Amino acid sequence: MMMQDDKVIVCEKLTKRFGDFIATNEISFEVHKGEIFGFLGANGAGKTTAMRMLCGLSSPSSGKATIAGYDVYTQTEQIKKNIGYMSQKFSLYENLTVRENIEFFGGIYGLSDQKIKSKTEELLQVLGLKSEANKLVASLPLGWKQKLSFSVAVLHEPKIVFLDEPTGGVDPVTRRQFWDLIYEASDRGITVFVTTHYMDEAEYCNRISIMVDGKMEVLDTPANLKNRFHVRSMDEVFYQLARGAKRGD
Amino acid sequence: MKQFLAFVTKEFYHVLRDQRTLLILFGMPVAQILIFGFALTNEVKDSEILVVDYAKDNASQELLTKIGSSRYFKIRQAALNHKEILSTFRQGKIKAVVVFPVNFNEDLLHHNKAQIQVIADATDVNTANMITNYLSSIIMDYQNQVNKTLKMPYRITPEVRMLYNPQLKGAHGFVPGVMALVLMLVSVMMTAISIVREKETGTMEILLVSPFKPVLVIFAKAFPYLALSLVNVVAILLLSVFVLDLPVKGSVPLLFAESTLFIITCLALGIFISIKTETQQIAMLISLMGMLLPTMMFSGFLFPIENMPVPLQIISNIVPSKWFYIIVKSIMIKGLGISMLWKETLILLGMTVFLLMVSLKSFKIRLQ
Repeated sequence: MMMQDDKVIVCEKLTKRFGDFIATNEISFEVHKGEIFGFLGANGAGKTTAMRMLCGLSSPSSGKATIAGYDVYTQTEQIKKNIGYMSQKFSLYENLTVRENIEFFGGIYGLSDQKIKSKTEELLQVLGLKSEANKLVASLPLGWKQKLSFSVAVLHEPKIVFLDEPTGGVDPVTRRQFWDLIYEASDRGITVFVTTHYMDEAEYCNRISIMVDGKMEVLDTPANLKNRFHVRSMDEVFYQLARGAKRGD
Repeated sequence: MKQFLAFVTKEFYHVLRDQRTLLILFGMPVAQILIFGFALTNEVKDSEILVVDYAKDNASQELLTKIGSSRYFKIRQAALNHKEILSTFRQGKIKAVVVFPVNFNEDLLHHNKAQIQVIADATDVNTANMITNYLSSIIMDYQNQVNKTLKMPYRITPEVRMLYNPQLKGAHGFVPGVMALVLMLVSVMMTAISIVREKETGTMEILLVSPFKPVLVIFAKAFPYLALSLVNVVAILLLSVFVLDLPVKGSVPLLFAESTLFIITCLALGIFISIKTETQQIAMLISLMGMLLPTMMFSGFLFPIENMPVPLQIISNIVPSKWFYIIVKSIMIKGLGISMLWKETLILLGMTVFLLMVSLKSFKIRLQ
C-alpha cells in the first residue's frame, strides 16, 4: 500500500504518433517520490516527445499517464502547478538581473510576495550569489547560470522537476556541483526526472531507462544494468543498446 | 492578475534595457516627424528666381513687388541676355527666370496684351509645375487688379479655396501617415520579435510549462507594446501641434480610441507573425516587407490611391493602415466625428477581430 501512494509518475503504454511516424512507442514505467530517474537515449530516440507529454505540453496519441496523480489528458493545469522544468537551452532571461529572474518566476507560479522575498534571500545565500544579486544574468558564468536555473525551476517546491539535458557544455567539476543541488532537492522529496548525454551523470541516477527508436529498451539501476550487459561502465551499456538504433539525427 | 503583473513588469525590463529597442521606439517617431516636416517637404518655399527686367516701367515694377512679397519666392535681379540665362540655370542656383520684355507697360496699354516669359528648370517636374502655377496665379491676380479699371463684358474668375488646409501645408497629409507607419512598426515588428525571441532562447517552453495560461503569455507580451504605442501617439501629436503647428481639429479622445483600435489590429498581426515564424530575423523581414511596405504604398499617404490601377485599389482595401490613415486624417484635419467615420471604424474592428481569432487559433494548433 505504501508503494502505491509513493508513485509520482505512472505511464502505461504511452504513445505519440505524428502521422505515420511513431515518436514514442508504448512506453510504460513508474517513478517514485524523491527518486532521481535518468531518461537516456540517442538523439531522435523520442525522449523529448515523451517528456513533453509528461509536462502537459503535448497530448498523447494513446496510452495512460498520471503525473503527481493528475491525468495528462485532462488535468494539465494541475500538472503544471506541480512540476518544475529546466530545458537544454538555458532557461533564464539574460537581460534581467538574478533577483529579477527569481522574482519573475516566483510571480508567474503565483507565490505570495512574502514567499518570493524569503525564497529569494534563501536562494542567494545557498548559491553564494548575494553579491551578484543585482547583476544581469548574462554576466554570470555558465555553470552558475545553470545552478540558478535549476534553483528557479524548484522555487515553487514542485513534486517533480523535469531536467532536459541540464548540464550541456560545462566541465565535470561544475557538473558535480550541479548534481549536489539535485541530491539536495531529492532529499527534500522532489522527484527528479533527468535526460542527459553524459554517462558520468547517468551513474548518479537511482534508476535509468534507455530509449531506442521510440521504445524503452531497459529500465534498472546503473549497477544492475552493468551486470546484465557484462560491462564496466554505463558508456558501454548505452553503446550496445544505441548501436542497434535505426533512427538518428 | 498578480501573475500577469509580474509578466508585464518583466516585459518592461526587457524593453527599457535594450537600447536598440528604445531607439526604435522613441527615436523613430521624432525623427520621422522632423524629416517629413522639414526635410522632405513638397511645398515650394523661398525658391530663388531670377528676374530679367528689360522694361523697367510702372507695370513691371508693380508686378515684381507682388511676386517678391509672396513667401514662395526670393528674387534676384540682373540684366542678362539669353545665353547668360541658360548658364545660370546650369549652375543650379535658380529655379525659374521671369523675363519682362521692353515696352511691357506700353504694350499693355496700347495693344491690350503683353507677354512675360517664364522659364522654369524642369529637371524636377513637380517643383517646376508648382512654381509656374504660383507665378501664373500671381500674374493673373495682377491682371485682374489692372482690369478693374477697364470695361470688359464677361469675365469668369474661379475663386479657389483650399478647404481644410488653406495654406497648403504638407504636414497635413504626412502626420497621419507617420502615425500609421510608426504604430505599424512598433506594434507589429516589436511584438513579433519579442515573442519569437522567447522561442529562440528557449524561455517560451519554460513559460508554457508554467501554470501561466498560454493565451495570457501572448497577451502579457503584447500589453507593454500597446502602452508604448500609445505613448508614441502622444509624442507624435505633441510634435505635430507644437513643432509643426498642426492642431487636432476633431475630438482627441476619439483619436485615441481609434488609435488604440489600430494598435490592437497591429498587435494581432504581430502575434500572428510570431506564431508562424521561428527566428527573429525572419519575423523582422516579414514585418518589414509584409506590413511596412504596404503601409507606405497603399495607405494613400505617399501615393494617392485614386490614381492607382483598379486591381491595386482593390488590394489597398485589405491594408489596415489605409483605413486608419483615412480616420486620422478626417479627425485631425477635417474635425469629423464618429458619425462620419463609423464605416471605416467598423472595417478596422472587423479586421482586428478576424486577425485575433486567426492568431489565437493557430497558437492553439501549435501547442498540440
